[in-house]
Order: sequence, then structure tokens, then C-alpha cells
Amino acid sequence: MQAWSGKKKFFIVDIMLKSCLTFARGRGVFPSLTDILAIMIYQRPIVRKLFCSLFFLFIFSSLNKLSAQDGRALFQTNCASCHNLYKKLTGPALLGFKARGPWADQKQVRAWVHNPVAYMAKDPYTQGLKAEYGSMMQAFPNLGDKDIDAIADYIAKAPAAPGAGGAPGVTGMDPAAAAAQSNDNTLLFGILTLILAVIALILLQVNSNLRKLSDDKEGVPAAEPVPFYRNKAYIYVFTLLLFVVGGYYTIMGAIGLGRTKNYQPTQPIYYSHRVHAGKNQISCLYCHGNAQDGKHANIPSINQCMNCHIAINEYTGSAGKIYSEDGNEVNGTAEIKKIYEYAGWDPQLKKYTKPGKPVEWIKIHALPDHVYFNHSQHVTAGKVQCQTCHGPITEMDEVYQFAELSMGWCINCHRETKVQFASNKFYSIYEKFHNDLKKNPNEAITVEKIGGTECQKCHY
Amino acid sequence: MEKKKYWQSFGELNDSAAFQKEKQDEFKEELPFIDVDDKGLLEAKTPRRDFLKYLGFSTAAAMAAASCEMPVRHSVPYLFKPQDVIPGEPEYYATTYVSGGDAIPAVAKVRDGRPIKIEGNEMSSYSRGGTSAQMQASVLDLYDTARLRYPAASKKEVTTFPVLDGMITSALAGMGGAPLAILTPTITSPTTKQIIAQLLAKYPGRHVQYDAISYSGMLLANETCYGKRALPSYQFRNAKVVVSLGADFLTTWLSPVEFQRDYAEGKRIRGANSDINKLYQFESMMSATGASADERYTHKPSETGKVAAALLDSLNGRGISGINSPKLKEGIQKAAKDLQLNRGKALVISGSNNPNVQIIVNAINEAVGANGTTINWALPFQTKQGIDSEMATLVADMDAGRIGGVILYDVNPAYDYYDAAKFRSALQKVKVSISCNEKLDETAELCKFTVPSHHYLESWGDTEVKPGYFSMLQPTINPLFKTRQFQESLLSWSGNPQSYEAYFRGYWTEKLGSIDAYNHALQDGIVEPATPATAGGASFNASGLQAATAAVAAVKEGKRELVLYQNVAMGDGRQANNPWLQETPDPITRATWDNYVLISPALGKELFDVDITNSRQADEYEVHTSKQIIEVSLGSRKVKLPALIVPGMNNDTIAIAVGYGRQSSNKEETELHIGKAAAGVGQNVFQFASFNGSTVDWNAGEVTIAKTDDTYKVATVQTHSSYEGRSEVMKEMTLAEFQKNPSEIPEERNKEMAPYGGVKDYVEKGTLYPVYDKPGIKWGMSIDLNNCYGCSACVVACIAENNVAVVGKSEVLRYHDMHWLRIDRYFTGNPNDPESIQTVFQPMLCQHCDNAPCENVCPVSATNHNSEGINQMVYNRCIGTRYCANNCPYKVRRFNWSDYTKADSFPDNQDQQVVGKLDPAVFMMNDDLTRMVLNPDVTVRSRGVMEKCSFCVQRLQWGKLKAKKENRVLTDDDAKTACQQACPARAIEFGNVNNPDSNISKVRRENNNRLFYILEPIHTLPNVNYLAKVRNTDRLALHEEGRERTPETAKEGSKAE
Repeated sequence: MQAWSGKKKFFIVDIMLKSCLTFARGRGVFPSLTDILAIMIYQRPIVRKLFCSLFFLFIFSSLNKLSAQDGRALFQTNCASCHNLYKKLTGPALLGFKARGPWADQKQVRAWVHNPVAYMAKDPYTQGLKAEYGSMMQAFPNLGDKDIDAIADYIAKAPAAPGAGGAPGVTGMDPAAAAAQSNDNTLLFGILTLILAVIALILLQVNSNLRKLSDDKEGVPAAEPVPFYRNKAYIYVFTLLLFVVGGYYTIMGAIGLGRTKNYQPTQPIYYSHRVHAGKNQISCLYCHGNAQDGKHANIPSINQCMNCHIAINEYTGSAGKIYSEDGNEVNGTAEIKKIYEYAGWDPQLKKYTKPGKPVEWIKIHALPDHVYFNHSQHVTAGKVQCQTCHGPITEMDEVYQFAELSMGWCINCHRETKVQFASNKFYSIYEKFHNDLKKNPNEAITVEKIGGTECQKCHY
Repeated sequence: MEKKKYWQSFGELNDSAAFQKEKQDEFKEELPFIDVDDKGLLEAKTPRRDFLKYLGFSTAAAMAAASCEMPVRHSVPYLFKPQDVIPGEPEYYATTYVSGGDAIPAVAKVRDGRPIKIEGNEMSSYSRGGTSAQMQASVLDLYDTARLRYPAASKKEVTTFPVLDGMITSALAGMGGAPLAILTPTITSPTTKQIIAQLLAKYPGRHVQYDAISYSGMLLANETCYGKRALPSYQFRNAKVVVSLGADFLTTWLSPVEFQRDYAEGKRIRGANSDINKLYQFESMMSATGASADERYTHKPSETGKVAAALLDSLNGRGISGINSPKLKEGIQKAAKDLQLNRGKALVISGSNNPNVQIIVNAINEAVGANGTTINWALPFQTKQGIDSEMATLVADMDAGRIGGVILYDVNPAYDYYDAAKFRSALQKVKVSISCNEKLDETAELCKFTVPSHHYLESWGDTEVKPGYFSMLQPTINPLFKTRQFQESLLSWSGNPQSYEAYFRGYWTEKLGSIDAYNHALQDGIVEPATPATAGGASFNASGLQAATAAVAAVKEGKRELVLYQNVAMGDGRQANNPWLQETPDPITRATWDNYVLISPALGKELFDVDITNSRQADEYEVHTSKQIIEVSLGSRKVKLPALIVPGMNNDTIAIAVGYGRQSSNKEETELHIGKAAAGVGQNVFQFASFNGSTVDWNAGEVTIAKTDDTYKVATVQTHSSYEGRSEVMKEMTLAEFQKNPSEIPEERNKEMAPYGGVKDYVEKGTLYPVYDKPGIKWGMSIDLNNCYGCSACVVACIAENNVAVVGKSEVLRYHDMHWLRIDRYFTGNPNDPESIQTVFQPMLCQHCDNAPCENVCPVSATNHNSEGINQMVYNRCIGTRYCANNCPYKVRRFNWSDYTKADSFPDNQDQQVVGKLDPAVFMMNDDLTRMVLNPDVTVRSRGVMEKCSFCVQRLQWGKLKAKKENRVLTDDDAKTACQQACPARAIEFGNVNNPDSNISKVRRENNNRLFYILEPIHTLPNVNYLAKVRNTDRLALHEEGRERTPETAKEGSKAE
């Protein structure tokens, strides 16, 4: 059967999603709004002009932000594992480095970063650094001159003391709180419904009593009153309700078998993504770099933790107190000690004294064996943000499974997400779609269109 | 085009009753319904109540199984992650497949620390990326459950190697001045040779090279003729005419990967350029090379020398004497004429191990100007250097107690020596016997010390197949067991404390000049001279020729002769415990899991009174899997094996494959020590070889055959499913026909499609269904039948890549083989006339039809089509109705009848009362160790689902992703199927048909005049096309007329039509 459109296949899943997942509906509204906007723009020149100017304004302002952001992002991705601005880690503290050694000349900085070994051969200052810190800086040949300048610029503009300017705090509603709030509402509605139902029941009872009284008064012979639990109407309604509600939950339960949304196991080390990725703005890819190269995003190995924690041996509470799920306060410093335990590092002697052992983390996001999933496909080729599937990771302390990871969920995203059609040369072979795009620039080339919902894209 | 009759079975040949029935049923397996009879449901074996009980139980069980708690999964990262390792991404390491003396440059695909697939190394100038079935399967040997896991002395584990070394050094010191013998296969490794010399410097003695299948006849002949005890390089690429005297050079002889690649280039037709080579095969049995030959003649094995002499005489213009068969005589004259015409572009080879025959062959090559053109003496071929007489002397010395100690490595004479019994008793008389074999095989179990060596994928090393052409080995995995590489053991016993890795590194760093160069060599896997040496000849000395001619003329002929041969998959039997190879069907007999006696139809008639041209008798023979056992005896040597009738066999010759019948001295322990897959498979026939004083003969002059009353089931796969009598499966033409009218096939196709507006409009007008767009990519495959020689490398590559299950012999017998890719073998010609038999191989796999019959009938849409033209099979959706397999006209779908992979949640599914227990080999494949070979990118299928070729979709997806990540357009190199990559003859082309510049598009464009689709008129629109075979001969085999057809008679025939 030529069923590659996949529409039929997921019909049932679709209906269920639409009927039960309210957020799906919420997301559905968004594209239609943009559509309306697009139509408006298309038809009215004034609106279009206005929109264009607003659009460019937005782009320019965000571009400005981008370059400023760039230096910091680059610093976080490339340098932060060994350097801090304010204190010595594996390497020197970088604040005010321009005043030291030969670094006033930016050319020297570039040469050093590109190839430290070659540079050091001729430079006594860096030789001294090597002697002082005992290790050699890694070469960054792929950092361009502009990148290095941006980093230097970021360091130069950094405030003189930590926390003075600070990273912008995390804004927006805490998802857990939001969830709790929506839960609260449900509870409220539930109680209200229950109260109303009880009132209705009482009223009905009162009504029938009154009728009975009036009948008695008028001398109409009344049938022997039937208690409500033997009232056939009640029994019918109750059975029907039980069937519908029970059936709904049974089916939903059966579909949900093996799904682990919101799964949040207790990990061997209390690792807070909020502290690392949120407060300290460490790029996701610093630890999970394989997400851009390979199938697995990978949990970082202990040596990667030690890159930073060789120097950071205590939690100063920079991101506030950490509470575990059961409400107990977590001692960050004690958790860092656990890393040393695993790595076999003696923080007093500052060397590895024991053989290390790897941490047995508990896997949260697990797909069935018959599903092929590749991170790099999504991160590198698709340019999808980590948060799209992993949720507000920068606000999570311990990670929980944010998305359902069901097939319907995958398919939905594949239907809505546009591929990097214009920018990735791979897609140049799709001549037909390029022609369509020329005719109708608003047409969306979604993953589904290029076959992303076909069975053997994920099952083989 | 001529109406040539192709047949896969004798039933098809005669259109017998059984074949008629099979056509109706198309599948051989019976439906697992038990007769209800008339007795009513309650009396039936499975009454309704039972059914309800089972239904209730299974529902409850499923609920119970499903409602179990989710298991807690752990994810353990590296402690210190190596910088270049990306978990989940494959790494490729260049190494070398080493088996005996053979060495083929390889690239091992390593996933998360486990080698899972072997590919050829395309940088090598001689193998050029080619692989063989054995090489493809070798990765499974790494995870062989029967490998030795620790060193032992007198069968007791020795805890550490230093302790063992102490024991061995004191044992060696106690030899009392008697010499030490080191027995190995041919060693081409320069470092190993040095190390052996070092040990022999400490303990004087000698190094003997012993090849189970030896080429010492050629080596000695070359010594006589050219003064060099060496083999030259054969350059099939330069040969326009090849005459092979019983050399199966395309699949088993000397260096088939290299030869196939070269020969295939000469056979390749591109467009109208039809200047192709021609192969004459003179042989006694039906070999795969013979099957692919353009002209083929048979003779008795004892006549080999006479045929060679007659060929030489004919070339020299003398008359032919000593050849009785007129056909053979005619063939020799024809071959001689062609050789004459192509002087300097001709090559003659012989598979004989008799120096006299080889001396005559050398003289022929002199006469046709092969020396220096097609035979390159500037680059001797070094993988076979064993001299039979040296081995015989060693065995005699051992027997006489003149040898103090023997170190054996990678040799198994207790199994494969012609006089194994003598070797065994001789070995007992040696004071110190040390085996470095990987397993406790027939030889190792007789040794005092067993010091198991690494598998080649765990080893360092180097090989030198031709002088200056090195290929390196590097470990692709940490040693799985407590084993130590042979070289390291020798180093340690010679008192050198260095590890072999350090020794090896030191040697190559010095040789290449720097550690960087060494690393680079390891990375490339090869070290080759910058400019290849120019081909050169050697001066020929004809002095031995007269004696040789006299000797071959004096060879006595027997009434019934026996020839031993190597099965394409099994070879000399060193990989006998490899279930992949055991289950790979022989290209000619299509039988698995056994060796057997090949007999000609004439002999079949004589022995069993079976006339295979008589449909009733043919059915009698063919329908039953049980075959008559015959006893073959040669003096006191006897073997009882089932007989298979094979057309094309010489009428007076029988043939048996070596490499089977592996057995420990205690038969019960075979499964444990040699392996579950090898135990009980076939019989050992190495004993039928004989030593003639200088070399071992692989044929026996006079054997007696006796019929027994017993039968034995042979699991053949050729007739497992039929095309329901549809015949548009094969297209073949002769070169003469092709040159006369190159567009015969397109014209014929157009004529056939005329009602739909010809081939061009057939896609749209030939169907009621809509035609779907394939934007972007449309995958397509082209298989050139001219370049398929049945070597089965693709079959094994497919198994390894796609986790295809091993089902075992009992299941093959029940028609449950799982191979996604099979190589169908078709005969044409008169079965009673071996010369008239022509054979065609046709690789058959899912055709990925754009209008696929299987897709329409699936009730759950578990098989459907995608926008890239792939017929997708979705295992997790399949409910096992098997409608698709029923409706597939190509019979390429495979159903998991049992739990072959241990993927079911209920373990008892592998051992059931109704269907019986699966074979031990299946359980071996389910061992945790063996399962390490599984490709993690491909689902392991469980019982009850259908499966079939996926076009290696995991590779296609991988290639597409790679291109996307690198922001570029997809190229041909990004996506190759496993079969395509494995094929040494490059018969398979694959790629994006939508791209006019892709190889597949070019091949289809250039070869439109040979292109055809199988069963095209039923409008399945396959995405796999075939290119018709063009046989370089002027005669066509034709069954209907029972006579040969020349272009003249063909013309007459077409006129009559």
C-alpha cells in the first residue's frame, strides 16, 4: 500500500492526542495565528511595511545581542572548563589578563590560543605559566580570530567582582510550580463538581420528598419510594459512567504502558542542571558534546566533571539552596565530594590516589529497542534545541522526563517542524519542493514532507 | 531472443507432477493446521475448549507480562573517555584478515568496542576492497564460544603466563639437544619470521610451513622451470583468453578475491563495448568457476595431465594423442586456437598439485606468451609456500623420535593431513608439544601445552602477500580471553622480554623511518611501493618438460575416480564452527550444513536407477530431502555420505568437499572444543588424499562406490519456493548474438509492453493504481549477471550486517531458511551431457517494487512503501499473517517461524513440544558472547514476524545523515549496501537513481541494452534491475531440442517461429 503520507496510520493516535492532551491543542493554535498574520500581511501593504520595519528592528536588536552574547557563549563553551574570570582553576583567572605578559597585543593572544605549544617555545612568560600550573593549554585551531577577539572583549567588559553584573537570572515561571498550579485548579474544579453534584443530589432528593408530601396531601396514592441505589435510572447512569470513565482510563493506561513521562529517579549523585546549565550557563554541549556528533548525547565521564571540579570543591549557594524532591535540603559540597570519591581524587593532596570507578547513573530517557534515534540528526542536521524534547532543563534540579517519548509525540513534531531546507545543501536535490517554495515562499517544508514520518526512518 | 529453458531443479526441467504441485503451492512448508477431519471439533487434537483455554491463558499471561514494573536501566559513562571515541558511532580500523597463509587487507567496523563487520581495504592494490565469504564471516569467529579461554598444561589451567613460560622453558631445555620443530601455515609476516629465527637460534631445529590445501606442485614445477620455488602473480586483468585446468580460481583457488576482481574487469561490458575475455574450463567436477565459464569440458581427474599435454601439443601444431572423448578433443583444439590468436593476452592455469602437470602448464604459458604479460614474475605471490615433502619428512622424523619438541600454530594436521593417524601417533612421540591454536582442536588436544593465540582481530602483525606489499594488523578489541599472541609467546620463550607490540613497533619504526610513518601505516593498513614494479617474466627452462610429459602420459585411469574440492564457504574447514558459513548454501548444489558425494546424472541412473529426465523418477529423487547414502572406499579408507546428482559432473567422477567432519578424539566433546556448529556436520575426507612421494594428490585414481540402504537428509535450499511457473526470470545471450543485435533485449521488452505504449509508458499505463512521486532520493540497484560467480561473499555480508538469524539444519530442512539474499542457480542444457550444461547465478533479494504486491495485502500495513522507493518492513507492526510472503512473486520474504534469536520474552519458545528443539548452532548464536557480533543499528527480530532485505536502510540513513551534517549533497560513497561493498567482482551497483550523475544512473544508461527487470510484465516495477549475462561462446545450451545450438541453428529456429 502506498501509505507514505502516514496520515491514516496515526489517525487513532492523533484522535487520542487531540482529545486528551490539552497542550497539543494549545500548540495547534499558534501556527494558525501566524497564518492569519501572514494573510493580513500579504493583503495589506501598510501592514506589510509596518511589519517589515518592525521585523528588521527586531533582527538588528537581536543581532547586537548576539555578538555580545557570542563572547560569553564562546567563553563558556571553550574556556570555562579550565578558566574562571575571578579565580584560578586549571588555568589562571582571566580577568584583566590583557595587563599581563605579552597579551596587550591581541595578535599574540591569537597565536597563543591557536597553537600554545609553538608559541611557548619562544615565549618565556608562558613557559613560566606552564611551570606554575603544571599543565599545558589545549590548542583551539578552530577558533577564528574574531572568536578569540570576542572572548577577549567579553573578559575585558566583565565586571571587576563576581556577581556585580552577573548573568541574567532565570525568568519565567517554574514549571513544577506551574504544574502544581494547574493541578490545584483541577482539584478545585473537582471539589466544585463534587459539591455541586452533592447539592444536585440533595435537591433531587428534596424535590422528590416534597412531591411525595404534596402527593400525600392531595391524597394521590404514591408508589413505595425506591432508594436511589435501587433506582434503575441511577444504576443505568452509574454503569454507563463507570464504563466510559473506566474504559477511558484502561485504554489510556494500556497505551501508556512502558511510557515514563515525568520519571525522576534519584541519581547516585545529586546533580543539579539548574546550577550548572541554568545559573552557571554552561553550554549543554560542553558535557553532552556527542549530541552533535553521534547517536547518543552521552552522560559525561568523570574526567569531564573533574575538568571543573578539580578547582570547584564546594557549593557556595550561588543558585540558592537546593532541595531534593522530598523537600530535604541537598548539601552541594557533599555531592561534589562524591565525584572525588568516584574519580579517586584526594582533594587535600590534590592528586588521584585511588582507582576510579564510573558512576552508574539511572537512565531516564529510554526508547524501545526497535526505535532508532540519533541525537546528531536532530541537534546538528535539524538544529533542534535541546529544550524542545528535554524541557526546561535549565530549571530542573534533578532531571525528569519532560516529554512523553511516544510515537505520537515524535510524529507530531515531525509534522510541524520545518527542515533546514534552504541552508542545508543536502536538500538541494529536492527540486520539486524548491520549485514549490519559489512559487509559494510561505510553504513549509516539514520533516513529514521529505519522508520523516515513514516507518523506516526510525524502525529498522 | 531464443527460448532457452532454465531450470533450478530436475522437476522444473521435466515439468513433473511434484513441480506442478509446487507451482500451485509455491511454498514447500505445510500450514501448521491439524486436520479437523469429520469427527467434529471436540474430537480434534486441539478442540475448541483447548483453544479457549489457551486464549485465556495467553491473554492473562500477556497482561501479567505487560503490567510488570519498568526495569531500572543504568547508564554507565566512561571513567575517562578517550577523546576520539564517540559512543554509538562506529570506528573503522584497518587490519588484515589472516587465515592460514592467506591475507586480505581489511577494515573492521567497531561499534562501542566490538568489531561487528569486516570490509575490504580499498587502498590495497591487489585486493582492492574485495572480500570473500570466509572473510566476511571471520568476525563471528572472534566470538566463538568454543575458543580456548586460558593457557593450560596437560589440560589444566595455568594461572599466569610467566608460570607457563617457566614450565615451557624448562620443558624446552629438557629436550636433550633434540631439534625443535615449529609447524605453522605459510608465514608471510617479516617480524614473525625474525622471531621464529630467534627462537630457533636458541633451540636449534627447523621451521616447517604446512598448508592444508597445498600448492607445492606448482612451487616445485616453478623451481624446475624457472629456478624459483615460488608462485608468480597472475594478472587476469590482462588476459583475453583464460584456460583453467580444474582451477576454481574465482572462488577457492590461490587468491580468489584478487583474481575475481581482475577477471571481472575483463568480463565487464559497458554499453556497446563488448570486448570481453573468454574462459575455458576443463574440469572433472562442477565448480563455481566452471559454472561461470564460457566453454566448459569435463574429463576424469587422472586425465588432467593429458589434457594439459594435449593442449601443449595442439599449440605446437602437433596432433592430440591420449584423449579419447571427441568433445574434449574438440574443446582442447578450440582453446588452443583461441590461445594462439591471443598470444601475450592469454593465461593458462591448473588446479593440480602435481608438479608434472604444472610443468606442462608452464610450458603452455611459455608458448602463449603469458610469461611476463599475464604472469608476473616480478611480484611473486607468497601466501602459499608449504612443501608437502617437508611436512612428510617432519612427520617421519617425529615418528622416529628424532624431534625433541614441536610448536604448532594455526595448523591442524591431526584433522587435515592426508595421513592424520600417522601424524597423531607421531605427535605422541614428541617429548614437548605446544599448541598455539585458538581452539582445542584435533591437534591441540594431543599437545601437552596449549597456549591459545589471539584471534586476528585481537592481534598485532604484518603480512607480505607480495614482496614490498605489506598489510598490517592492529587489534580492534582487547583480548576477550586469557590468550597470548603466538609471536609474543615465541619472544618470551626465546628469552626476549619485549612484548610483540613493542617488537613490532620497533621493527616498523626503523623500517619506515619514524614513528609517524609507522602510525600512518597502521592507519592505512597497508605499506606499498610508491610505483608498482613493472611486470616481468622469468627465464624458462624446458629441460623438465619431457619427463613431465612422459609421467602424465603414464598415469593410469580408473573406472570411477574421486576428486576432493573445497566448498566455497567452508574451504579447508578451519572455520567449520562458523554457523554463517555452514548455512551459506553451496553455489552449485545449494545445500547447507553438510558435505556429500557429487555424482553425475548418468552415475545416478546407474546407481539408483534414477533417470532425471524422466519426471516420475526425478520426483522420486528430488522431492524427498532424504538422499541415498553411498559408501566410497579407496583401499581401507571408507566414507559413507549421501549422494547428490549434479548436472555437469563428469560421468566417471565423483567429488566430495573437504573441510567437514570435524571431531574431537572423544566425540562427545566436539561441541565443547570444536564447536556446536561444527559438531556432527559431514565427514572428513582428507584421508582420501594421497602422497605420491613429492606432493599430495587431491584426487584418487580408482575408488569403489557401493550403494547402501540408508538415507540421509540433506538440506538444500534451491527449490524452497517457486516462481509459480513464471519464466521471465533470466535473460542470457551469447556474445555473437549480442554483437549482432545489441538492442535485442530492449526491443523485446518494448514489444512486450506495446499494449501499454512501450517501456516508457508502462509505469503509468500498465496499472490502475496511481503513480507516486519520488522527490529527492530514489534508491535503485543494478546487478550484473556477467560478473556474478556465486562466491557468496554478499550472502554472508548481508547476514553479518543485518543480524540475519541462523536457523540450523533442521529448520533449513523445514524450508525455514532466513537469508535475505540468496544466489539462485539456474542450469540449462541436457543433464545427461555434462558439456552442454551452462549455469547462471542470479542474486535474488527483495526487489523493492514500486507497485509491490506484498504491500496491498498486509492487513496492518506493516509493509509499505516510502518516498525513496524502499519497500519498508516494520517488524513491530507485523502480526505474522504471512499474506505478504504469499503474494510476493519473487519469494524473498522470510518468516521467523521460531524464536531463532532469543528475542522472545518466553525462553521456552526455543524448545517446544510441537516443533521440537532448535539446533545447537542456534543456541550458540544466542550466547551472550556470540551476540556481541550483532549490529546494534538493526532490530533483532523475534518469532512471528516477517523480514526481508531492507536495502541496508540503516546504512542509507547513516549516509544521508553524514551528508546532512557535513552540509553537502549525498554521494555514491555515502550509502553502499553490504552486498555491494562485499562483492569482489563489483557486480552490484547501488545508489540514487534520481541523480543522473550517480553510478547507478550511469550503469543503467550505459547498459540499457542488457537491462531487464525480473517478471516485468506483472507490473511490480522493481527497483532492482539485472543486466543480462553475455556468454562469450557461440553455442547455446538448449534443452528442448536436446542439441547444441549455434548461431546458424538459432537463426533457423527463429525463422521457424
